[in-house]
Amino acid sequence: MTANRLTESLLALSQQEELVDLPKDYLLSESEDEGDGDGERKHQKLLEAISSLDGKNRRKLAERSEASLKVSEFNVSSEGSGEKLVLADLLEPVKTSSSLATVKKQLNRVKSKKTVELPLNKEEIERARTPLEQEIFNLLRKNKQPVTDPLLTPVEKASLQAMSLEEAKVRRAELQRARALQSYYEAKARREKKIKSKKYHKVVKKGKAKKALKEFEQLRKVNPAAALEELEKIEKARMMERMSLKHQNSGKWAKSKAIMAKYDLEARQAMQEQLAKNKELTQKLKVASESEEEEGGAEVEELLVPDAVNEVQMNVDGPNPWMLRSCTSDTKEAATEEEDPEQLPEPVAHEVSESEGEERPVAEEDILLREFEERRSLRQRSELNQDAEPADSQETKDSSSQEVLSELRALSQKLKEDHQSRKQKASSEATVPQVQREEPAPEEEEPLLLQRPERVQMLEELEKEECFQNKELSRPVLEGHWSEKTPNNHPDAPKEKKKKEQMIDLQNLLTTQSLSVKSLAVPTIEMLEDEVERNQRQMIKEAFAGDDVIRDFLKEKREAVEASKPKDVDLTLPGWGEWGGVGLKPSAKKRRRFLIKAPEGPPRKDKNLPNVIINEKRNIHAAAHQVRVLPYPFTHHRQFERTIQTPIGSTWNTQRAFQKLTTPKVITKPGHIIKPIKAEDVGYRSSSRSDLSVIQRNPKRVTTRHKKQLKKNSVD
Amino acid sequence: MKVKMLSRNPDNYVRETKFDLQRVPRNYDPALHPFEVPREYVRALNATKLERVFAKPFLASLDGHRDGVNCLAKHPKNLATVLSGACDGEVRIWNLTQRKCIRTIQAHEGFVRGICTRFCGTSFFTVGDDKTVKQWKMDGPGYGEEEEPLHTILGKTVYTGIDHHWKEAVFATCGQQVDIWDEQRTNPICSMTWGFDSISSVKFNPIETFLLGSCASDRNIVLYDMRQATPLKKVILNMRTNTICWNPMEAFIFTAANEDYNLYTFDMRALDTPVMVHMDHVSAVLDVDYSPTGKEFVSASFDKSVRIFPVDKSRSREVYHTKRMQHVICVKWTSDSKYIMCGSDEMNIRLWKANASEKLGVLTSREKAAKDYNQKLKEKFQHHPHIKRIARHRHLPKSIYSQIQEQRIMKEARRRKEVNRIKHSKPGSVPVVSEKKKHIVAVVK
Repeated sequence: MTANRLTESLLALSQQEELVDLPKDYLLSESEDEGDGDGERKHQKLLEAISSLDGKNRRKLAERSEASLKVSEFNVSSEGSGEKLVLADLLEPVKTSSSLATVKKQLNRVKSKKTVELPLNKEEIERARTPLEQEIFNLLRKNKQPVTDPLLTPVEKASLQAMSLEEAKVRRAELQRARALQSYYEAKARREKKIKSKKYHKVVKKGKAKKALKEFEQLRKVNPAAALEELEKIEKARMMERMSLKHQNSGKWAKSKAIMAKYDLEARQAMQEQLAKNKELTQKLKVASESEEEEGGAEVEELLVPDAVNEVQMNVDGPNPWMLRSCTSDTKEAATEEEDPEQLPEPVAHEVSESEGEERPVAEEDILLREFEERRSLRQRSELNQDAEPADSQETKDSSSQEVLSELRALSQKLKEDHQSRKQKASSEATVPQVQREEPAPEEEEPLLLQRPERVQMLEELEKEECFQNKELSRPVLEGHWSEKTPNNHPDAPKEKKKKEQMIDLQNLLTTQSLSVKSLAVPTIEMLEDEVERNQRQMIKEAFAGDDVIRDFLKEKREAVEASKPKDVDLTLPGWGEWGGVGLKPSAKKRRRFLIKAPEGPPRKDKNLPNVIINEKRNIHAAAHQVRVLPYPFTHHRQFERTIQTPIGSTWNTQRAFQKLTTPKVITKPGHIIKPIKAEDVGYRSSSRSDLSVIQRNPKRVTTRHKKQLKKNSVD
Repeated sequence: MKVKMLSRNPDNYVRETKFDLQRVPRNYDPALHPFEVPREYVRALNATKLERVFAKPFLASLDGHRDGVNCLAKHPKNLATVLSGACDGEVRIWNLTQRKCIRTIQAHEGFVRGICTRFCGTSFFTVGDDKTVKQWKMDGPGYGEEEEPLHTILGKTVYTGIDHHWKEAVFATCGQQVDIWDEQRTNPICSMTWGFDSISSVKFNPIETFLLGSCASDRNIVLYDMRQATPLKKVILNMRTNTICWNPMEAFIFTAANEDYNLYTFDMRALDTPVMVHMDHVSAVLDVDYSPTGKEFVSASFDKSVRIFPVDKSRSREVYHTKRMQHVICVKWTSDSKYIMCGSDEMNIRLWKANASEKLGVLTSREKAAKDYNQKLKEKFQHHPHIKRIARHRHLPKSIYSQIQEQRIMKEARRRKEVNRIKHSKPGSVPVVSEKKKHIVAVVK
């Protein structure tokens, strides 16, 4: 018994350094039998004595010499006992059931196994044994891709520095806008959530379900792989529902219905519906069971499992309609942007490795970026364990590939925020307890592979090799991945670059200092982030295809800025103090002396708003006196302005003109009676118009005959 | 030695009289006189302020009546003479220059309903509640003579209004029907009816002198041609019209004072839509009279105020009120277009200036020029916010002010409801009715 204990404790001690994070108490204070306690102490003492024989670290043992009734919880000392006192010791039940012993043993065995820290140690990384691995490492080195560290490659750093302040501000403004939009959306969601109407929520839920189903159907047609993934999600939702014990006929409502069911037909129906729903929910779906059956078996079948990587493989088999469509759209875009025949994507029926990267749709870029992000996070983690750089990283002369990589990295940097959560998830997955890893369950491994980039897969592969022996199963698969993945990096690059150029062009249009933006050869501009905005710009561009409104606007703004700048005053008079004459210029000294430099005015309000011109000429004090709306009889503001600008006073006009201008429309003489106007005064005869109502009513019928009659009337 | 001297002819610089203005040459180069717009703006602002400073429209109150003044009439030939009829049957003739009553006649039993002068100014007619039409001499009776009418016509029904033809010896009365009388006869030449309601007022058109307009309590305005036996046409409004008045400068235009606080200016050729709806009063409008220039009219209202409207504006340019003035029943604009008279419930006739800040009396030519210039400046800058604010500002008695606020709220509520109704119903199912058309029920011919 003691021997067993000894070996165990020794073993545990030996492992102590490595398994820092593991709870030690299990190892040190295992006591299967209460009776063993005494013996153990003796044994410990013996051990101490042995260890202190060398005389170096002899410790004075603090023996409790006298018995005290009071054992304070604060005075507990572990001195002398030789073993460390841990809190768990105190918490442990006094007597442990022996039935747990076996479990503990198992646990110990598990722990004793050599574990692999996920961020691999340097040795483990550098131990590239297989030819495939060597190839990979070579590749990485060639591209100056730091394997362990750094957040930023030198190229990236350079690009960051190249980003001007202006650019950064614009970028920040964009981000702010995005945040604001998000907050609006959140507010909306909150508002909708607050609605109390049950009916409303029911309708909304139903609508959502319907929509999801529809989408799923469509997805199934277009992209079976993604559909499968979706299906898995649905399955998970179902499991959650099942776990939540809803629809179990145990709720308040269900019970009340059960009572009513005897008498009420409706209640009975409701009950039946509920039961049906329960059955439906508790029944397992077919797909899931299938995958379980295939568990141990064919790895080849795994290729059908939804996987981001698999999309590429599907693509190899035949042109995916979805991909094709996006591809064509891509070509269109390219065609409109620049008529470069080189940039046109090659036809689908190309060599596999070459065409893959080219035909990758825009959405797949996302995946690619994610991969890079993952790689970085992985690198960071490994950095924690060891900070040694790959010393023998080869200096590569391949500058083009380096640029490509740096571009990709910059892109991934931009997407960092977006993928933050995903990254964390990945890292948590990376530190999954070893127990789980030991089980040879590819079924569970697959989702990990699914979400993780190739790099992680590679590392896991390495682990697997160490952990268990069935390499030959997993190897081919992963090799397949790699053989397809590695070329991806390169063919992708030109396309990415093209995209980049396009974006730079847009940015160029929308910033005042186009030159500074052009100098940003290193792509720090994000591209995928605000698709929407890009689309809008595109739309504006298309709408005003003929005339370059944006450039015009920028020009206008530049002019406005120039105009608003205070001008210098030159007071030099030629000929004073020097010779005069034609062609003589005043001396530079004189000019300098008499040039009054205009003080620099306050900064323009629209300095930081590239899309806005704020007119600073407007004076609010004057504006209070100005007319805001065009008054009624005028049809154009120019007319009105002209009437205001023409002076009518005698200061500006001759006496005659002044009198004419100021004559009132109606002049009345005081003390004179104004008689009503007479028909004769305005030149028509009274009686002929006396019954105008008749004329007005049917003007066409007023014939000559009628007029004659009227005349006769008047004569009478 | 010869001494040369500078010499000038005194004729060139010495004035003969002190009224001789010396010619001062002036350079009108605009560069020499900058800032013309701001300077004129300031002048306009000052003129507007001065206008408000000098706005003292009330001139005189003619008291002497022992009951509310029910009707007023102008003398067609004499500016200083005004006639008024009171609710106790008394008629008074006033001299405006002396601001005195020069003659008092007990004309009727009960109300004097209407009073009008003959176009020649030698006599005037009155109608009263005692069913009589009386003609009186303008001049008072000689010494020892008794005060009695020239003619008296006994009618069968009560007459509520009377108006004389502008050129002929014909007058029209209204009551249950419109009667047209020859001065020489005791029976009407013709009587016209359209409907059975009592007609409150009848007016001859001053230009197209054969035309008449009347308004009845069944909410309609009827137009007649004297030469025809039947009325021409009528327009029915939402509420009853109290009086109409013809524009003395435009033959087809007349304005109706309505019970619904509004005045409607109609073109008699197109009665279905009024030319303008004038709204500012907060109570029934009782009387209206045109300025002889035909550009403006004055209205008297039950809300104890008198307002002056431009013909082509829907809002009034001026409001007159005093603390003691009660419901204004009748109003007249004098024939020289300078003054306004109003008779009210509390037995007084008040005399107002038509332009509140106008200087009375003879103006020198420079004063006149300055006045004209200021007027033009005010016109020119009238849309500028500061000037507009000052020019529009009027003090109102609390009752009217609060009524305006209240009615604004009511109006806004109605408008909102209408807008909502349109918004929430099928497009096109709720017709949009303009403010002008809203008040017209029908036009009958």
